[in-house]
Amino acid sequence: MAARSNGEHRTARFDVRLVQAKPKKGRYAENLAHTTEVFAQIAADGVPDLIVLPEAAMTGYFLEGAVYDLARSADSFANDLVRAWRSGAGERDVDVCSGFYENDDGTYYNSAIYLHIGRSDHEIVHVHRKMFLPTYGVFDEERFLSRGRRLQVFDTRIGRMAMLICEDLWHAIMPTIAAIKGARVILVPSAAPGRGIEGASELTSITHWREILRASASEHGVYVLYAGLAGFEGGKGMTGSSCIVDPRGTVSVQAPELGACIVSGTIDMREADLARATLPLLGDLNAVLPDLLLDDELPIPKGRT
Amino acid sequence: MTALTVVRESTAALQQPPPISPEVATRWLVAFLRDEIVERRGMHRAVIGLSGGVDSAVTTYLSSLALGPENVYAFRLPYKTSSPESLADAQLVIDALGVNARTIDISAAVDGYLQFEPDADARRCGNVMARTRMLVLFDQSAKLGALPVGTGNKTERLLGYFTWHADDTPPVNPIGDLFKTQVWALARYLGVPQKLIDKAPSADLEADQTDEGDLGITYARADAILAQMLLGYTDEQLFERGFDAPDVTLVRRRVESTHWKRHLPTTAMLTNTAINEFYLRPVDY
Repeated sequence: MAARSNGEHRTARFDVRLVQAKPKKGRYAENLAHTTEVFAQIAADGVPDLIVLPEAAMTGYFLEGAVYDLARSADSFANDLVRAWRSGAGERDVDVCSGFYENDDGTYYNSAIYLHIGRSDHEIVHVHRKMFLPTYGVFDEERFLSRGRRLQVFDTRIGRMAMLICEDLWHAIMPTIAAIKGARVILVPSAAPGRGIEGASELTSITHWREILRASASEHGVYVLYAGLAGFEGGKGMTGSSCIVDPRGTVSVQAPELGACIVSGTIDMREADLARATLPLLGDLNAVLPDLLLDDELPIPKGRT
Repeated sequence: MTALTVVRESTAALQQPPPISPEVATRWLVAFLRDEIVERRGMHRAVIGLSGGVDSAVTTYLSSLALGPENVYAFRLPYKTSSPESLADAQLVIDALGVNARTIDISAAVDGYLQFEPDADARRCGNVMARTRMLVLFDQSAKLGALPVGTGNKTERLLGYFTWHADDTPPVNPIGDLFKTQVWALARYLGVPQKLIDKAPSADLEADQTDEGDLGITYARADAILAQMLLGYTDEQLFERGFDAPDVTLVRRRVESTHWKRHLPTTAMLTNTAINEFYLRPVDY
């Protein structure tokens, strides 16, 4: 059994890097140039399989009407990331996930892209458009942006994944649906303005985030990779704290709350298998889900609108 | 059968001012000052009006941590009726931190105008003094290549207990989201001289003036009420939680009559490109 298992899982372990970016507000070209330098630093230390950047990584998060100045098409943003990678790292394979403001022929989204960059070509594997746009208190996303309509998973050389942007993950149904659709890894580009000073050692919003990340990972036996924006934007400090949460809900590495940095770690799909075998909640959910969804009291539309 | 222990929820905490971890707040506010002053604006110096009170003392301590005391310029700006004790208390902060310090008497500047207004009451005179102090701070900021750092706390901002376009004018303020009782906790953590923490807060614009005398309520009580009022609790819910009706009414009246003081001037909107109405750009863009 041991030999067979080793043979099956030769490529189960993957190197990942999370870039805790601290962009200068609105200076897209400058931030892209800095990302090139970060890619060079990452590559010099050994090219990983996957690099994840935060939400709004090239612009900063709070843009108000300036989002219309700064949004890019997915193709244009992909080309910029590819150029940045090749300038910094040369012709080497890598996958990159990054948040960006997307302009789709005049409709604007808060999006995340997943790219596979080959030695001479690249492929946009998936673009996720943020579905839950926070529009309360300090947040005003839906005033400027349209919401995404679909939560789709996608296949990568690492395994099946989903991207959930910031508040997307605060709704437990989102990682649940992603896991039911087969995601083994959930990528979370985020920009979380910190608040709550009553906690003993960190802002309470950081604690809350970690609870959500851990609960999402352990309930579904998935890796959760959280890339958080850092730096202050008009008095609102982004809480960084980029981290890798393993499928048992353990935070294997976490960045500080302040400042830019690179988080380095690995994910191992054998761990995901073992976690699900030990705590088979996803299997239980799959068995019970039809009964839950057939409940007439649920406000589920009968056809797609 | 032995009776089971009943574990009851306690509402005692609701009667208290909101808690704070001074260590967490300090870490965050020092980072805020560095980001705003150094990284965003490319400046390295701060100017602060050091009154001898706890708010400006805490701001000076935070700025020293963020920029180094050699880059902090504290200005004592007394008027001829200001308490000598305020000057002495400010000196305690200057001596403790080793920040740059200068004293500029604003009496001639203030009286240069007030000599034409002999009937001005204490409130008007106080406002002229507060605005003159900002005039000095902004001019010194231009001279020194330094950013003015604000010292207004959340309680006085909410109660409207400040001079509009004076105390609230510095472009950055590290303590504006901290209630007064939280500023005191921060002061204890930062090592602000105990005398400044223990003394009755005062704007020192009039003789024997104290904040709590002016406001008609203690900061501890006001902060406990404000913390819950801002979360949306009604007066009736606050009464149920044990607060006295006169206190709640006083706080509510002050907050609701001073919303305008927490905004920019009201501008008549005539187009669909009106600034901050349609044309929306963040402050750091």
